[in-house]
Amino acid sequence: MRDAADFVSRHRVAAVVLVLIAFPWVMPYEALAVNILIFGLFAVGFNLLFGYTGMLSFGHAAFLGSGSYFAGMAIVHGGWPWYAAIAAGTLGAAAIGLLIGFLAIRARGIYFAMVTLALAQCVYYIFYQADRWTGGENGLRGVRVGAIKVFGVELNFVDPLTKYYIVLAFVALALWFVSRVLASPFGAVLEAVRENEQRAAACGYDVPRTRLVVFVLSAGICGLAGTLRALHLSVVPIESLHYLTSGQAVMMCLLGGMGTFFGPFVGAAVFLYLEDVVTTWTRHWMLVVGSVFIVFVLFFPRGIWGSILHWMRRRGA
Amino acid sequence: MTPALLAAEGIGMRYGNFLALNQVSVSFARNTLTAIIGPNGAGKSTFFNVLSGALRPSTGRVMFEGRDITGDPQHAFARMGIAKSFQITNVFPRLSTHENVRVAVQMLSTRFDLLTPRESLTAVTAQADQLLETVGLADARRRPAADLAHGQQRCLEIALALACAPKLLLLDEPTAGMSPEETVAMMDLILTLAAERTVILVEHKMKLVMGICQRVIVLHHGELLAEGTPAEVRANAEVKRVYLGQGV
Repeated sequence: MRDAADFVSRHRVAAVVLVLIAFPWVMPYEALAVNILIFGLFAVGFNLLFGYTGMLSFGHAAFLGSGSYFAGMAIVHGGWPWYAAIAAGTLGAAAIGLLIGFLAIRARGIYFAMVTLALAQCVYYIFYQADRWTGGENGLRGVRVGAIKVFGVELNFVDPLTKYYIVLAFVALALWFVSRVLASPFGAVLEAVRENEQRAAACGYDVPRTRLVVFVLSAGICGLAGTLRALHLSVVPIESLHYLTSGQAVMMCLLGGMGTFFGPFVGAAVFLYLEDVVTTWTRHWMLVVGSVFIVFVLFFPRGIWGSILHWMRRRGA
Repeated sequence: MTPALLAAEGIGMRYGNFLALNQVSVSFARNTLTAIIGPNGAGKSTFFNVLSGALRPSTGRVMFEGRDITGDPQHAFARMGIAKSFQITNVFPRLSTHENVRVAVQMLSTRFDLLTPRESLTAVTAQADQLLETVGLADARRRPAADLAHGQQRCLEIALALACAPKLLLLDEPTAGMSPEETVAMMDLILTLAAERTVILVEHKMKLVMGICQRVIVLHHGELLAEGTPAEVRANAEVKRVYLGQGV
């Protein structure tokens, strides 16, 4: 079992991508699978900050949402091609991350959470008020992407399964990037800062700058998830900037296992699948998902994937 | 005479109405082992924190290699070659012992490299192995730092301090909480390290340092009470008065 666990962690991106390639075939319908991909990436981006660097942000909706809006506006108002919209949304979210991060990184613990929450609410109201550009309360409509050409091959983005694999290509690329960052010397610094900020500084690491860099990276990843969501839904609902969306990132991350590579993805999958199943027989799906969440936080604090990894390693040791 | 490696000039530290340090001026020559001693509340730790950059003094300045480093950010200290160990053990608890040292060594070669796999920095890994050997933790390299015994964690702390190849090593009560055997081993280690670099250590247990230091600085009520060789300090009437009955 230990070997299996080690193998998976050595080739984690390949393992995740293999699972995700088969994934739409076991889901009830493709749109749910696409949703899981997008929120999985959102939770992975959030985990980079929370799980690996120990900074609990309550404002990550700002990056998912602004990524969606920037990509959506690029298509609706600018008539940009879809790939340019993805780039614009990702970079736009990273820029907002730079601004929020710059103001927030000096705060610690609960104060950091509060500052990020407050600044994300500011972003919410800015987009809410700028209704000529964003559609305000109604959200931004008409983010239409139809047939697209990739290396001369025409793909139909409206076909759910094709859409899934196009989104997966971006998610896989982002996962590869996150995995590289975590395995890099900089990833080691992130863990050092999480473990002991004072010691990391005494070792010669500029802690505020490290925190800012990882904050911007995390914002960019979540922004990319947002751009994919805009293309997927063809609208940008104002709820994407709402603080409940920030809370979902925290829940998915904790449910799946913070500080593990695959955990946030598992958390997103379980969360959205439960929501989907439970809403078919009651409107109060939050009650059920919330109970599951409480059970995990109380009895399996490592989360679903974190507990599985721990169990596999213990069996092997 | 060669200029001092480190010099404190008129250091004062004020907390409200309380004067923790008052006009302390000392200089430290290269490749000497100096101990800062004094009774509880003498201002040893405050002075240590000023020298190591954790605290900015209210007055005075700290000079390193002829340059004013007062108020420089903490991370700049390791980069210019000033390393420290903390009084309370301060390691990366959930990282392996080897990774603790490896990440500290890595600082000299790379700080914002996002895409190279860390294993490819073989020189860094080798250097970390060697440092673990130096402090006697080679066997514990895979264990999380949190699982090490207290004495081992103190040794790990020294290895972390050595990782930036410091010219100046500042140690705050390195033997705090150690057993007599561990204390002896630590003192041997400090002697070995002092052969190649400047070491300043703050120590509460006076007898311990008298045997190994070239210079002793005595602080009392935030002021410099005496400085000199261990023999001179021992013979000093003022020091005797302050430490009365404690058998210097």
